[in-house]
Amino acid sequence: MSKPATETLSVVVERDIPYPPEKIWRALTQPHLIEEWLMKNDFKPAVDHRFNLRADWGAVDCQVLAVEPHKTLSYTWAAYGLESIVTWTLTRTDTGTHLRMEQSGFRPDQQQAYQGAKGGWPRFFGNLEQVLARLD
Amino acid sequence: MPSAPDVLFRTLADPTRRAIFERLCREGEQTVGALTARAGVSQPAVSKHLGVLRQAGLVRDRHDGRQTHYSAQPGALAPLIDWTSHMVGFWRSRFDRLEDLLKRMDQ
Repeated sequence: MSKPATETLSVVVERDIPYPPEKIWRALTQPHLIEEWLMKNDFKPAVDHRFNLRADWGAVDCQVLAVEPHKTLSYTWAAYGLESIVTWTLTRTDTGTHLRMEQSGFRPDQQQAYQGAKGGWPRFFGNLEQVLARLD
Repeated sequence: MPSAPDVLFRTLADPTRRAIFERLCREGEQTVGALTARAGVSQPAVSKHLGVLRQAGLVRDRHDGRQTHYSAQPGALAPLIDWTSHMVGFWRSRFDRLEDLLKRMDQ
């Protein structure tokens, strides 16, 4: 319970990949390649571009937030009524690339999107974890 | 019964509704009147929010004469906590597929 509430809904997956950032960047940003590993899409690497990721179980609504070729790619990810942000970070290494993906559900700077809620999401999830912990 | 995550997320996405639920979690059982007094919206609006929360399994109502008391059902939030582990599994499998693709791609 000592974990900051803001991390409650944050997912990080990272991996060292034996290919240069340029090649990985293509796989992250070219629609026909994205389709092969993620989902069908109409992605464009342009800030503010809205796109969908489509799978047989449903669709994810996205909007590009940041594009820094071969380094950073960030987009919103709205599914199941939950808005989150997916950020890809590519760091060149001696053996290829360190690829990091972070999906954060409710970052502090998103709180303004939920104005009117006392304390906003992060504190809410902090409380929630305490509440759930008491249930057992 | 815990409700499906999509219903839960949609239900809690509304700030006023979330604030009502949060108050019930924090302060225990309350009537619509007591909730309205501090919600900043009308009583019909509060009642409507409570109805949505009830449908999502997040609150339970108890009738006592003419009064209806509402209490939070925090156990219904479990799917929300499951979200993190679900997404970790999702992205790990996508990383596997991404690596497979990179192997097949030209330089």
